[in-house]
Amino acid sequence: MQTVNDAEEQLKFDQRIIDEQKIEPTDWMPDDYRKNLIRQMSQHAHSEVIGMQPEGNWITRAPTLRRKAVLLSKVQDEGGHGLYLYSATESLGITRSKLIELLQTGVAKYASIFNYPTLTWADMGAIGWLVDGAAIVNQISLQRTSYGPYARAMIRICKEESFHQRQGYEIMTVLAKGSVEQKEMAQDAMNRNWWPSLMMFGPHDSDSAHSGKSMKWKIKRQSNDYLRQKFIDQTVPQIEALGLEMPDPELKWNEDRGHYDSGEINWEEFYQVINGSGPCNYQRLKHHKKAHKDGEWVRTAVRAYQEKQTAKNQTNVA
Amino acid sequence: MTSENNQQSINQEQLAVYEVFIRSNRGLDHKHVGSLHAESPEHALMYARDCYLRRSEGVSVWVVKSTDITASQEDDIPNFIDPMDDKPYRHATHYVLPENVTNM
Amino acid sequence: MNDKQQNTIRFLIGLGDDSVVLSHRLSEWCSNAPYLEEDIALSNIALDYIGRARMFYQYAVELEGNKRTEDDIAYLRNERQYTNLLIHELPINDFAFTMVRQYFLDVFYCEYLKLLCDSSDEQISAIANKAVKESRYHLKRSQPWITQLAEGTSESKERIQLALDELENFVGEMFLMEDWELMLVDSGIAVDRKNLEANWNSEVQAFLNKSEMCFPDSQLQIRGGRNGIHTEHLGHMLSEMQYIQRSMPGLEW
Repeated sequence: MQTVNDAEEQLKFDQRIIDEQKIEPTDWMPDDYRKNLIRQMSQHAHSEVIGMQPEGNWITRAPTLRRKAVLLSKVQDEGGHGLYLYSATESLGITRSKLIELLQTGVAKYASIFNYPTLTWADMGAIGWLVDGAAIVNQISLQRTSYGPYARAMIRICKEESFHQRQGYEIMTVLAKGSVEQKEMAQDAMNRNWWPSLMMFGPHDSDSAHSGKSMKWKIKRQSNDYLRQKFIDQTVPQIEALGLEMPDPELKWNEDRGHYDSGEINWEEFYQVINGSGPCNYQRLKHHKKAHKDGEWVRTAVRAYQEKQTAKNQTNVA
Repeated sequence: MTSENNQQSINQEQLAVYEVFIRSNRGLDHKHVGSLHAESPEHALMYARDCYLRRSEGVSVWVVKSTDITASQEDDIPNFIDPMDDKPYRHATHYVLPENVTNM
Repeated sequence: MNDKQQNTIRFLIGLGDDSVVLSHRLSEWCSNAPYLEEDIALSNIALDYIGRARMFYQYAVELEGNKRTEDDIAYLRNERQYTNLLIHELPINDFAFTMVRQYFLDVFYCEYLKLLCDSSDEQISAIANKAVKESRYHLKRSQPWITQLAEGTSESKERIQLALDELENFVGEMFLMEDWELMLVDSGIAVDRKNLEANWNSEVQAFLNKSEMCFPDSQLQIRGGRNGIHTEHLGHMLSEMQYIQRSMPGLEW
């Protein structure tokens, strides 16, 4: 039930959004705005954390010491970004443990791209280049999101991520110039990761369930299709520079539009993976649950230790 | 009650939340950068180093337990902040300088 | 190349092997730690050790006259050619084991690297200067972990005890010197690890006693790492670590 007070607050909130002012944690906000933010921000946080797994799959097999250091620090950064985002989401009044529970029970989603397997070393190149590249396009746009803590987390994340894409492209460059086998590996990894990367921008604007409200509230600043096109336009020349075959034969420059045309995404696959039937959905959640469960005795022990210390201090005071 | 008996309630909880403040360079203020979970202030400080200073973003760190922070409330803002708004004489721009005095 | 140079190279590769093997183990925690903050913290330690390994290997390569690269050393030697002290290669087991091993090594390295800062070899001294700061931070982290787990719950205490039991036989090797290494001590390049043993023992004992844990004084010492005699674990680690370089040799990555 909306009270008179709520109606007043709503007007103030709407005006803030119009005026491009940030909404801060202690501000009044509509329940739906809060829910929408929690959904999107936690999904983003979970994506960073689950995203550690496909790349983590190659840390112990990285081919040189430099690559290993780079990859480990990159995957560690993803964990760090997950932390920034959990921290920002917690400012909305929900605990991280609750968010993790929602992830592990399948209520909360994460980016579907991480439900594809990393089959060869070249996937480390393709993911850094394409997946992080797509994420950066999205995140740059989100630096202007209306919720203050989210915007600030995005600014920090964007600053750190610039090296992620470059290290990926560097891997691709070396492979594309390498042996026949390496070049094939690069082509294969790009082909496999291309479509899932485009899917990262979500459904077409016309089919996007959450887009309308998110745009109205300026949580999202630019539409799925706009950002996807931007990513395609900036990536095609990079594919050409590598000397690899286009992953989509329909990728052609369209003089009239001033953009690249591209083939249609396989939306059936998109929804199949979102709904839990991608190649690695089960594995990713199982891994997360196992790590969480294996760590339970540690978390319990540190809390027990703290309780004992607190009790000891209280006794000393008494 | 021992901690073991209390295990059920412990597991559903999480470690305490600490807010992290970083001084990025000597001479600057500490600035809030985010939060983290830790079991003690000492650990919070170390985690702040590991989680928020991976690229040497600061020269000094503060951690404060979130529950120890007292914050102004949005409801109070009209009484809390607005009364400060009517004292233009506190700002340099309030005063008119003679035209031939340009640098003060 | 004279004996001293040859021994110095051998010495550097041994230290590099220690670091590369431990960094590999620590990196296995990535996405598997008890909570996110700890995951990130453990990766930082792993990265410190990768950095250390590269510095030792790169200097070894330089002394050899650049006939091979740091990656040739890391990726193209087999288990009998690896010369790390065994404690570094043991699997991570559970978090208690990882932390107890880390604590043992942190106490060791803080003292060892401090002395190595005075090496007559400037480059070794420079590496030690950088590394000792890392280890001091590592120790600041591992110490409270041991206390908390030893005094936390009965389960965590038991896990710490199991880790102590498993590690006791691998501690002695940290303080055993080979003849060739002693020659480097004489020329002021290396440090006699034997001299660190008494202090290490008393420091660790006293620390564990505070938490009512005791470290059984073991006369049994498993040795062989510096001579390429390893546990069964190292071979598996190397087969994973070296898989790309071995299956597609001679390429740039």
